[in-house]
Amino acid sequence: MTQVITANHPPLRKRKQKNVLPGFNLSLGYTILYLSLIVLIPLSAAFIKTTELSFAEFWETVTTPRVVASYQLTFGASLIGAGINAVFGLLTAWVLVRYSFPGKKIVDALVDLPFALPTAVAGIALTAIFAGNGWLGSWLEPLGIKVAFTPLGVVVALTFIGLPFVVRTVQPVLEDLEAEAEEAAASLGANRWQTFSRVILPALYPALLTGFALAFARAVGEYGSVIFIAGNMPMVSEITPLIIITKLEQYDYAGATAVAVVMLVISFALLLAINGLQWWSSRRNGSAR
Amino acid sequence: MFKFIVVLASLFFASSVFAETSILNVSYDVSREFYKDLNPAFVKYWKDKTGETITIKQSHGGSSKQARSVIDGLQADVITMNQSLDIDILHERGKLIPKDWQKRLASNSAPTASTTVFLVRKGNPKNIRDWNDLVRPGVGIILPNPKTSGNGRYSYLAAWGSVIKKGGSDADAKDYIHRFFKNVPILDAGGRGATTSFVQRGIGDVLLTFENEVSLIINELGGDQFEVVYPGISVLAENPISLVDKVADKRNSRKVSQAYLDFHYSDEAQAIAVKHSLRPRAEAAADKYKDKFKPLTLFTIDEVFGSWANAQKVHFADGGVFDQIYVK
Repeated sequence: MTQVITANHPPLRKRKQKNVLPGFNLSLGYTILYLSLIVLIPLSAAFIKTTELSFAEFWETVTTPRVVASYQLTFGASLIGAGINAVFGLLTAWVLVRYSFPGKKIVDALVDLPFALPTAVAGIALTAIFAGNGWLGSWLEPLGIKVAFTPLGVVVALTFIGLPFVVRTVQPVLEDLEAEAEEAAASLGANRWQTFSRVILPALYPALLTGFALAFARAVGEYGSVIFIAGNMPMVSEITPLIIITKLEQYDYAGATAVAVVMLVISFALLLAINGLQWWSSRRNGSAR
Repeated sequence: MFKFIVVLASLFFASSVFAETSILNVSYDVSREFYKDLNPAFVKYWKDKTGETITIKQSHGGSSKQARSVIDGLQADVITMNQSLDIDILHERGKLIPKDWQKRLASNSAPTASTTVFLVRKGNPKNIRDWNDLVRPGVGIILPNPKTSGNGRYSYLAAWGSVIKKGGSDADAKDYIHRFFKNVPILDAGGRGATTSFVQRGIGDVLLTFENEVSLIINELGGDQFEVVYPGISVLAENPISLVDKVADKRNSRKVSQAYLDFHYSDEAQAIAVKHSLRPRAEAAADKYKDKFKPLTLFTIDEVFGSWANAQKVHFADGGVFDQIYVK
């Protein structure tokens, strides 16, 4: 919003512009207090707990082969899951916005189910379907595709829980995007692919990236649904949150927080990178117009 | 207004008078059914004996999680677990109980016990009779993850001890346990999860779990689909109980809590345990119900591994024997 305003009204005053809206100090104060209480203080507790370990111990804890294998699975499967959702979530949002068909409201509501369902229920349901004796598993297994109790199962679960994030972030932006823009593109001779890639996609990039980032972040932290379908074999299908739980079961609080801290740092770095990408794409997009 | 104050005051008064007549028993996940029967029996016993009406509150969950809650301040008057490790920690971390808590009650403070047995599919198609049959190629073994589940730990230690007790060395046992886990296709986080994988998902040929869990499966999930196989030797899985001294003293509930623990050894409570397929440990009861349970050669954790703490350190701690199976 601010961007639009400044763009329309080139700076009138040369000296440092004060905020147009009143209440900046108060609202920022509340924001920082709120973030501190809800996010920063619990997280810093995790960091402080880690200081019980010396750096050598910390490093050893977070780089044992089992733990490293779990990072690869957790972050890899989360990226793949979020990637799948970026494609199919966009498609779903597209269908829901651009077309009307009977039962649309129901489809729309279905999208939110992964939000509402307790993750354990999702895990049990997915496992029941994809296990060797399940509806889909009994078809896939003769083809040599094992889903349940393999890393593929982890991807399936993470895709399931991430879907609403992409759809719900892309949908409103797509709704705001007038169909006229597409019609204009078509009338100017763009083919369908050009319309999609040159007109629609650039406008959707920021929302799509946000959706991707949310789905990814959600997947990285996911525990409930994954443990049912993963099979939890060390070095193969063990996710990092399970490693943390395992350490807690052994009353190894410091070790658990050490792994948690590494997860936090990697997640933060990745989310920052995605945000950076989003900023870059919206700027490029903005200056092109 | 006056009425309101009276009501409020009487509520306050009531709660302060009866405060010590409710006790909280923090327990593990699958003891729910057992305590649902045992607690009313104790309430009645206490009422007959003292005229006081007491309430017993229960809390169930994964055992280490429950112990952690007590350390972190959950006001448990008594704690009832399925391995002594989860009670030891109350001494080590919170100094809530004395070090020698396990000597305070009979039979290692464990009024009931169970053991690890095998459950196979009807007709025993893979012909699984004993521990050696488990490591044959092509046999799928289901058990919960020993790192996250007490049930899994007992199964693992039973497998290890079966080799030692037959005269094998530690190296033999290590070799056996490596071949054993080659046959394990998945590791569920808890005992019930493993049961689901074996029973509902049809994975594996044999489920290793507690005897009382097995009888629950047979009774509730289909006795015609499965058979129990008793191995030649197995582990004695004690279910220890203890007063949480610090909490009981603070809440002034030591007397009733102690009576509650002692009640576990009474004929009535032992009969309830038998009903739930837990092996009774009080001598009279053990004798009385000996036909109900298959006589097995059972070894204790202390006998083979020195102590629970030692078994934990050598086998399940990070980098221990269990980790070495998977990380070459």
